[in-house]
Amino acid sequence: MLLEVRDLHVEFRTRDGVANAVNGVTYSVDEGETLAVLGESGSGKSVTAQAVMGILDTPPGKITAGEILFRGQDLLKFKEEERRKVRGAQMAMIFQDALSSLNPVLSVGAQLGEMFTVHRGMSRKDAKAKAVELMDRVRIPGAASRVGDYPHQFSGGMRQRIMIAMALALEPALIIADEPTTALDVTVQAQVMDLLAELQRELDMGLILITHDLGVVADVADRIAVMYAGRIVESAQVHDIYKAPAHPYTKGLLESIPRLDQKGKELYAIKGLPPNLLHIPPGCAFNPRCPMAQDVCRTDVPPLYEVTGAGPDRRSACHFWRECLDG
Amino acid sequence: MPEPPVPPEQPTPPQRPLRSMPPGPHLSGGGRAPEDGAIAATGMGGAMDLATEEGASLGKPPGPDAGGPQDRPRSLWSDAWRDLRRNPVFIVSALVILFLVVISLWPSAIASGNPLKCDLAKSQEGSQPGHPFGFNGQGCDVYTRTVYGARVSVTVGVCATLGVSILGSVLGGLAGFFGGVWDAILSRITDVFFAIPVVLGGLVLLSVVTSSTVWPVIGFMVLLGWPQISRIARGSVITTRQHDYVQAARALGASNSRMLLRHITPNAIAPVIVVATIALGTYISLEATLSFLGVGLKPPTVSWGIDISSASQYIRTAPHALLWPAGALAVTVLAFIMLGDAVRDALDPKLR
Ligand SMILES: Nc1ncnc2c1ncn2[C@@H]1O[C@H](COP(=O)(O)OP(=O)(O)O)[C@@H](O)[C@H]1O
Ligand SMILES: [Mg+2]
Repeated sequence: MLLEVRDLHVEFRTRDGVANAVNGVTYSVDEGETLAVLGESGSGKSVTAQAVMGILDTPPGKITAGEILFRGQDLLKFKEEERRKVRGAQMAMIFQDALSSLNPVLSVGAQLGEMFTVHRGMSRKDAKAKAVELMDRVRIPGAASRVGDYPHQFSGGMRQRIMIAMALALEPALIIADEPTTALDVTVQAQVMDLLAELQRELDMGLILITHDLGVVADVADRIAVMYAGRIVESAQVHDIYKAPAHPYTKGLLESIPRLDQKGKELYAIKGLPPNLLHIPPGCAFNPRCPMAQDVCRTDVPPLYEVTGAGPDRRSACHFWRECLDG
Repeated sequence: MPEPPVPPEQPTPPQRPLRSMPPGPHLSGGGRAPEDGAIAATGMGGAMDLATEEGASLGKPPGPDAGGPQDRPRSLWSDAWRDLRRNPVFIVSALVILFLVVISLWPSAIASGNPLKCDLAKSQEGSQPGHPFGFNGQGCDVYTRTVYGARVSVTVGVCATLGVSILGSVLGGLAGFFGGVWDAILSRITDVFFAIPVVLGGLVLLSVVTSSTVWPVIGFMVLLGWPQISRIARGSVITTRQHDYVQAARALGASNSRMLLRHITPNAIAPVIVVATIALGTYISLEATLSFLGVGLKPPTVSWGIDISSASQYIRTAPHALLWPAGALAVTVLAFIMLGDAVRDALDPKLR
């Protein structure tokens, strides 16, 4: 396994109290595999990613428990300097807003080239040639003439391509893309997503794709992990989940996708609000919003049950996953 | 890899359509307060706290508006330069400062006399051919002394500002970047320094110094002035550090030193430049204040403050001996404060 996150807990100590942003996340990605992480905003998707990358804001954030195994080694036991060498070279991250993710005072060529001068000790001239090559690779037209341009001189989609180029520069084994297309125009989203998926296949990387766009997920992901209030509530192969969700929250998410055949009908929305992370409800965190909730849901935290008979390697954190699957 | 034709994306929006905002809430916090503080404090020497407010507000994390267009110091710098060139305040103050720098480097270019050659027989005489500003109480030529006095003022102002900026930026910047215990300690230390009244501190500390060079005075200014820049730099670094590109650089394996030097410093330095420019004027007036009080520079050094001090006893009989150095001082201080103001306006369009 390329990356295995096991029972990860992250909390933020804020003035108002301790926010339990991540409460036992377990997921894994293999080489060449795409894992989509889904969930409402605030469910801890980004925080989990930051913990994996080792760029969590500490303080106020703190990893209180868990393991992050990268090729079998626990990254949490690494010294900061060793950890830094893993970043960029072996795992890299793409952020939501490419404009603010690029340094406005450096040309894109300088920022791309830096990956090679810093990590590979290349000369500036070679690094620049590499930068042009990368820009070509992510299909930026006229790359050679644009290496000296600054981020604000590119369109949103082009900037995200440059971010992708930077992340892929050293051919890392794992890429985490945190809502890479959310900030883009709809027309450009698909192009950028296709590029990312294509490069991932070509380089046989593991990809963790954080998104709340269920449409994208069906096309590119192999597996899905659904997060709610800092926990994985369901994980499965993409097709199994679309066929029959084993958690009421996933079910709600799927029903809230707008579909053409429903035109005119009111769009379904999960009722209620995501929980306050300072006061997560007892029992199942989803119980106040769950249409299937029973007494046991209000008292017992459901473990991550193994779901059988509905696809391989499938898990659900619902006491009533069987009922959910059936109906 | 196949190279399908690139589908047309959204066209690049007009590249520099509007004056762009600086990244983050650069100078937004202090409003116009620093400037007012600077002017109010001029001559009192108490200007060292002029940007306290600004420093404090810069320390806050970016507010909701910081999520907006996070763009373009590149165009920020070039836009700022374009603005400055069109700003009459900048042009006038820059010319005055240029002139001051030239005469402090080559005073003999416009004053052929010797500022230390005095003739008591001519004491307090008025303007006469070859001596346009007349003579002071010791019978020295006021014009020559005023011209030569610029050198000391500019030297003190520039050296004190450089010292303050370097020390303050390094300490404040590191504290802001690393945070934690050292940051807390540094903040308390700066609080202590802010509590010291500058003129009183000068009277106490400098009265024991016997050296007649400018260095004790500069050293004193650096000692009491660095906390001001340190606060600004700290706040600015904290703001910049939270920008996505710093996080992104970190996620791609940049080391702390690289993040500081390549990513944070160029984006965080603007407020420091502005405050330092304004402070330069106040250091010049502080030197004059200290010299006037007899604890700054001492003769035979030629300084406006010394001349103002020695002329003040003849104010009824020979006001010209007081007015010329005092006027030169006022114009110089004003020029630097105006320059700082123009630079601030250019770097922070939100204030307009
Ligand atoms: N720097 C931070 N300081 C305090 N709390 C934070 C910080 N970053 C994240 N959190 C908390 O973690 C929760 C989850 O955030 P995040 O992982 O960004 O959600 P998302 O699933 O939308 O990516 C937030 O609701 C917030 O309470
Ligand atoms: Mg997020």
